[in-house]
Amino acid sequence: MFESKSGILGIAGLAFFGIAFLSNAVIPMLMYRNLPEQKAEQLINANVRYQFEDLARRFPAAFEKTYGSPPAETKEREAWLNQKCADALRLGRKVYIAEACWHCHSQFVRPVSNEERRWGAVSASPEYANELQRPVMFGTRRVGPDLCREGGRRSSDWHAVHFFRPADLSAKSPMPEYPWFFDGAADKPNARGLAIITYIQWLGSWHETYPLYEQYEASPLQDMQVDAVPAAQQSPATQARKATP
Amino acid sequence: MTLSLGRAADSSLEEAGAPQPAHLVDAQLVETRLVAFYFLAALAYLFISMLGGFLMALQLVHINPLRGIELLSPGRWRMVHTNAIAYGFLANAFLGALHWAIPRLTLKPVFNRTLSYLIFVAWQIVVVSTAVGIVLGQAQGLEWGETPVWIDPVALLGLVLVTINFTIPMTQARGPLYVSLWYFMAAFVWTPLTYAMGNFVPEYWVNGTSAGAIGGLFIHDLVGLFVTPLGWGLMYYFVPILLRKPVWSHGLSLVGFWGLAFFYPLTGIHHFLYTPIPMFLQYGAVISTIAVEMVVTTVIVNFFGTLRGSGREIVTNLPIRWFYTGMVFYAITCFQCALQTTMTFQALIHFSDWVVGHAHLVMFGVFSMWLLGIMTYLFPRLLGRDWYSRTLCEWHYWLSAVGLAVMAGDLILVGVFQGFWWGSLQMWDVSVDGSQPFWIVRVIAGVAMFAGLLVFLYNLYMTWRLSTAPAPETARLPAATA
Repeated sequence: MFESKSGILGIAGLAFFGIAFLSNAVIPMLMYRNLPEQKAEQLINANVRYQFEDLARRFPAAFEKTYGSPPAETKEREAWLNQKCADALRLGRKVYIAEACWHCHSQFVRPVSNEERRWGAVSASPEYANELQRPVMFGTRRVGPDLCREGGRRSSDWHAVHFFRPADLSAKSPMPEYPWFFDGAADKPNARGLAIITYIQWLGSWHETYPLYEQYEASPLQDMQVDAVPAAQQSPATQARKATP
Repeated sequence: MTLSLGRAADSSLEEAGAPQPAHLVDAQLVETRLVAFYFLAALAYLFISMLGGFLMALQLVHINPLRGIELLSPGRWRMVHTNAIAYGFLANAFLGALHWAIPRLTLKPVFNRTLSYLIFVAWQIVVVSTAVGIVLGQAQGLEWGETPVWIDPVALLGLVLVTINFTIPMTQARGPLYVSLWYFMAAFVWTPLTYAMGNFVPEYWVNGTSAGAIGGLFIHDLVGLFVTPLGWGLMYYFVPILLRKPVWSHGLSLVGFWGLAFFYPLTGIHHFLYTPIPMFLQYGAVISTIAVEMVVTTVIVNFFGTLRGSGREIVTNLPIRWFYTGMVFYAITCFQCALQTTMTFQALIHFSDWVVGHAHLVMFGVFSMWLLGIMTYLFPRLLGRDWYSRTLCEWHYWLSAVGLAVMAGDLILVGVFQGFWWGSLQMWDVSVDGSQPFWIVRVIAGVAMFAGLLVFLYNLYMTWRLSTAPAPETARLPAATA
């Protein structure tokens, strides 16, 4: 068996591969089979909608050039904005992949190495059960910061300038420039520029802590803020902090 | 000629009982022109890959001579860098070496020579379209699977054809199968399966956490079930030939092969430890990774057992030196793997340059070393002319080996620093600024490796020029006189 052709092709080749696929891929698939995949339209929440409309206020000409004018009637306008926002998320994710953002930025918070203090609540599976995480953008390298709680931390203006020329905001940043997200100037984002900013502002927008600012030590102010959130919804980190006298 | 590259070992083991002289067997079995084509294609992609890596390394030290040019963005070229190595350099060089080794091991030509050429052309189209697709911004969001989605089916078809072309002569071979053929046969089953799994399942069927688990499996199976078995299979073939003696222990060969076959596919999730992937699966991946390290130890022991008594070959026989340097790096990298896969190490080094250092140690330090050693051994046989300059061959070796050792050591070290900077909650800029000196060293080491390649290409060009010019009979290798 160990040196025969059938043993090598059948057992080593097919069977062992199959065992690994069953145990490492099929098991998680079965475990999460009841977690339906959300479409981009279902991912629109008040936070990301606020950011999307904020783009329209900050860059009115660019916004109109890319998306046109919204309908006047409120209900139609809402539906229109939601749809454009979903389109922006899809394109933003495409840009995020095409430019290899995910090769230098991760999208998950680990329960170790003080990451909860830096990035916020530890990542959980339901956060990733959507079409924008197919394939998942976990990432394996952090040259730059993790981004899964990045949304809302910085203004869309900041992101526009930062994409246009990172060194203007962060002098020693090794991040490349992306002038092709713009029509010549940082205040003129094109379709890709608006989309990638929407995508970044969406990251973490589903979370109760949005917007979450980087913290280096616990401040009493933060405890005051989270008191408003029911204990069950608080992150384990917050609960732990409150439990310690 | 006394120092020529292992040519005294030309009478390979499997031909010992063959009635015909080696060169006649070659002419019937091995399509040497195709082997040379594959190697040249591989070297062209290695050049492109190193160029991409160089561009990204420069970006990290704030030098970008091409800033503002969309198609030359360092991020896109980082993906070209990794994909050109996997599908351009490694795949082509492996296919070239396999076109040499499998017919000589089975004493049968490939299933169909026309198909071989067809695969060669198709595969170059796949690799070039991958690079062009990535540069144009069509990458797929899967590490090492950035091949644009429309190319994936073509690439898979190519891999299936490779499997057919090589597996048929192997299954028709009579008598017991030699170790190399175990590895090759298994790899030809695993590679298309891995490619299909990694490129289709997380793209079309599953998302989020499950996609992460499969992405991890894919990254690792590509190393463990495509690159590793082909690499070891070739080592089991070339090392005994060059050392003119059999492998030290057949029993250890069995342990090595079956241990790899069982444990390696189970390790994928160790790329995503501390993610939302269920912990019991993460622990399973950690345990099987440590098991792989035990298996690897048996293989390393076997090969150093084979070398015992022939240690001087390391000095005199350049291909053997490439091979055994690769094996030393393999031992280091696998030992490192067993440590870094533990949850304790992961907390510190994950996301850092440690991982990048590890990846270079494996892909360049081990498998590229082996393939460059095989090329150093085979090009004189393919061109019918000894190397233009042995000194340049030495330069190629030393620039590559020292460059790689410096690069890997440098990145592994800065990875530890980065882990501590992050864990101690310092400002993010501290980790970026602190990495600068290490990133500068990395550029210099990379330039050394790149220079090694340029030296090799120059040497190859001069050798080719000499081979086309009429040379005195004494300067020619016996294998080429027919």
